[in-house]
Amino acid sequence: MNLSLLILLPLLTALLILVSKQLAQIRVIGLVGSLAQLGAAGWLLKLYMDQRAAGNAATHLFESNTVWFKALNINYHIGIDGISLAMILLTSLIVVAGILVSWTMEKLSKEYFFLLVLLSMGAYGFFISLDLFTLFFFLEVAVIPKFLLIGIWGSGKKENSAMKLALMLMAGSALVFVGLMGIYYNTHTFDMVEIGRMGIALGVQKFFFPFLFLGFGIFAALFPFHTWVPDGHASAPTAASMFLAGISMKLGGYGCLRMAALMPDAAHSYSWIIILLATIAIIYGAFATMMQTDLKYINAYSSISHCGFVILGIGMLNKTSINGAVIQMVSHGLMTALFFAAIGMIYSRTHTRMVAQLGGLLKAMPFISTVFVIAGLCSLGLPGFSGFVAEMTVFMGSWQNPDGVYRIATVISAASIVVTAVYILRATGKTIMGPISDEHALLPDATWNEKLAAGLLIVGILIIGLAPFLINQLIMPTTDFLMINIDKALTLK
Amino acid sequence: MSSTIFILLRQELLLSLLIFLLLFIKIGKERSNESILNLINILLFVNLASGLFGMSEGGAFNGMFTTNAFIVLEKNILNLAMLLISMQSYAWLKNHKQLAEYYLLLFTSLLGMFFMISSGNLLMFYLGLEMSTIPLAAAANFDLAKRKSSEAAMKLILSSAFSSGILLMGISFLYGTSGTLSFDILTAHISNNPMQLFGFILLVSGFAFKISAVPFHLWTADVYEGAPVAVTAFLSVVSKAAVLFTFTSILYKVFTPIATVWYGVLVVLSVATILIGNLFALRQDNFKRFLAFSSIAQVGFILIGISGSSQTGSASLVYFVLIYVFSNLAAFGVVSVVSALAGKENISDFKGFYKTNPFLSWVLTIALFSLAGVPPTAGFFGKLFLMMAGAAKENYGLITFAALNMVISFYYYLKVVKAVFMEENEQPIQKLSVPAITKLAMYICIVGIIITGLASMVYDYIYSLSIGM
Repeated sequence: MNLSLLILLPLLTALLILVSKQLAQIRVIGLVGSLAQLGAAGWLLKLYMDQRAAGNAATHLFESNTVWFKALNINYHIGIDGISLAMILLTSLIVVAGILVSWTMEKLSKEYFFLLVLLSMGAYGFFISLDLFTLFFFLEVAVIPKFLLIGIWGSGKKENSAMKLALMLMAGSALVFVGLMGIYYNTHTFDMVEIGRMGIALGVQKFFFPFLFLGFGIFAALFPFHTWVPDGHASAPTAASMFLAGISMKLGGYGCLRMAALMPDAAHSYSWIIILLATIAIIYGAFATMMQTDLKYINAYSSISHCGFVILGIGMLNKTSINGAVIQMVSHGLMTALFFAAIGMIYSRTHTRMVAQLGGLLKAMPFISTVFVIAGLCSLGLPGFSGFVAEMTVFMGSWQNPDGVYRIATVISAASIVVTAVYILRATGKTIMGPISDEHALLPDATWNEKLAAGLLIVGILIIGLAPFLINQLIMPTTDFLMINIDKALTLK
Repeated sequence: MSSTIFILLRQELLLSLLIFLLLFIKIGKERSNESILNLINILLFVNLASGLFGMSEGGAFNGMFTTNAFIVLEKNILNLAMLLISMQSYAWLKNHKQLAEYYLLLFTSLLGMFFMISSGNLLMFYLGLEMSTIPLAAAANFDLAKRKSSEAAMKLILSSAFSSGILLMGISFLYGTSGTLSFDILTAHISNNPMQLFGFILLVSGFAFKISAVPFHLWTADVYEGAPVAVTAFLSVVSKAAVLFTFTSILYKVFTPIATVWYGVLVVLSVATILIGNLFALRQDNFKRFLAFSSIAQVGFILIGISGSSQTGSASLVYFVLIYVFSNLAAFGVVSVVSALAGKENISDFKGFYKTNPFLSWVLTIALFSLAGVPPTAGFFGKLFLMMAGAAKENYGLITFAALNMVISFYYYLKVVKAVFMEENEQPIQKLSVPAITKLAMYICIVGIIITGLASMVYDYIYSLSIGM
């Protein structure tokens, strides 16, 4: 299969949305387009697994390499491995769910759907890129739609949040750019596969790794550059929050992982800083969440904490921990998207997100409340849901690192789960249980589109939670390969 | 021999022909403005198209005038910009009495630029430069009823005269130490001789005035604000581009022996230019002043690109200028239409613009995104390639500085986008009916912004020509 299809499908959808006239038409095009993406991603999974089963051991499948800017040695080099495929599947699921929950969006709907689809195009392009320049290009393609989505359709102090988010992410990409320049002028190529084969000189790695890791780290809400997350998520319209937490933050995590694999020596020598920052993010995020009264802020701060696990897993640099980081990315993507969808459904009915003003929603809207509880339980890591699998794997991987400091970091991070349980149970308890106020008692339950969106995400969460071997089967061979390279680099030294 | 001169100078001759035609139009019988404008736009299109066919290489007038494929390309870019500006000032010129004079002045200036770009000799270069500057001062005074316009013209002519003086002094030092004005001979005589270095610094200052690099930028904002929008567009795009082309070719051709000196000079200039341009752009409310300061910052990025090696440096410069023509002229086009039809020029007037004028809003937004360097617009590639060219010297401090300054520039470009899309206005600009020809110019700009970046052959073509430089 030609991977460019993953970029062309959203592009085509976006163009069709641009020329269509009526609201109904726009919605249908958006939905059909996103379903086509989901279909393509599913088909890709099947083809990928078939190839692997047939014994194709190449690192990247469906590779294609076209010269883009010949003079500068920039190529449109695409291909996927297990990790990128997992991310593509995650993206396509969230896009469908996001389009479904925005079904009733009526303000400037054409522009809204156009930007959503454009954002997804950036994400797909990012995940399939094997050329650093192309990767960077798609990373930035995904930034500006976020600015407009939050600024135009958001709520609260939306302009400020949008500006803050755009500027911080742009600062992140500025750092990434400097790192790319450093790599380019030392290896004379942007091709990740080629760079991986050649290796990068130790001095160069040590100098430019911080630029790249911090740059992508800003996207992944790395402490202390997480400040765009709460405001951005809280101000964004529902689907944009879902995209932001579910897809956009994963761009950062994925980028960090790729950079660590590309520069294992530097990643190894800076790992204590990475782990320190990740542990702070995990603990700080968890405690900050406890203080929040707004449901969206609760989920946004808990995202900082959860994304900390991704960084922690990458920083530990061993097979199990990296596996855990990838599963955590997928799981967190699905789980926060579900959470934001549920919050959006509640907000659109009650017009408040304050925990104190809600209560007893289970009586009026049983479906939405159930979704809310599922998202919450997944977030606190209840066995059976994806969160448990992901966090457990990260902890197991982290524990394998015998040094004292790493052990302490692992213990502290694991302890955050208790805090998570406190805020999740408190928030769900207060909103779902107890007496319901009169004005909320007669509110309607979820509509078909909302049920479908939530159902899709829940299926994803359950598949990972109940049958973790499926996702392991997908990503393990790839992490194995990454580890061979990383170990080789580390033992040579 | 004589026929080759015609071929070599065909772009200049064609432009001279246009100037004569305008004179006849002026003294001929009374015609409606619309018909003259249409005629001029068609002629400008022919002028642009004729430049695209057949490359010629060679010199004339004892090497005072040289041309090659790269120079022809540079002139074509200027022709394109001239055509776009003309198409976009339709609404403004439709009711203007001195229509012919306006074009006369701009064409003469453009002709001067052509000679300047093609100069193979410091004298020819100086003649071209003066020929391009003096008509511009008159053009800046074209809003005859406005005092600000006269002020702009006065400032422009005084600061130009001053910078020309400095430039001439630099030229005379160079002449005094080497005994020649010809570029080819001069380069053999250039060394680290203090007198020559002083002459070089003076020459660079003269250039820096014209491209409004900090600390020689002080005239820019006032002149841009006072002059009519079309003239401002011409000043900020065409005039700057022409001087940059010349500056680059002189740096690479003549001053290669002291490359380390000019690298240092360029770094200092670019850091100051980017920083000051950005910081001042942050607080502007007048749209023309805003674009003036943002264009100062853009020049800073261009200087970084030039500081790299000659081939990627000049290729990325010309590539960026081409993109800059599309993006800046799209932005100026919107400002020009709004200024001509609604009489408003402040950013705060653009609040809620999207509700009344969605088409113009999108044009403005895409143009600003391109200026800011957001993909998938061409500005992203233009700016990155400039920085890549500059990074060849492996001065990562400079690149980090520039990259972080791009973030500052995002802030002020996004601020305009925010006003257009997100903010409310009690008295929004009414729905404007854009003339068809202006709309066409905007479509050309948008297509240019999208195609020039993604289609790599544009860059590859420019790069392949820059080898010949």
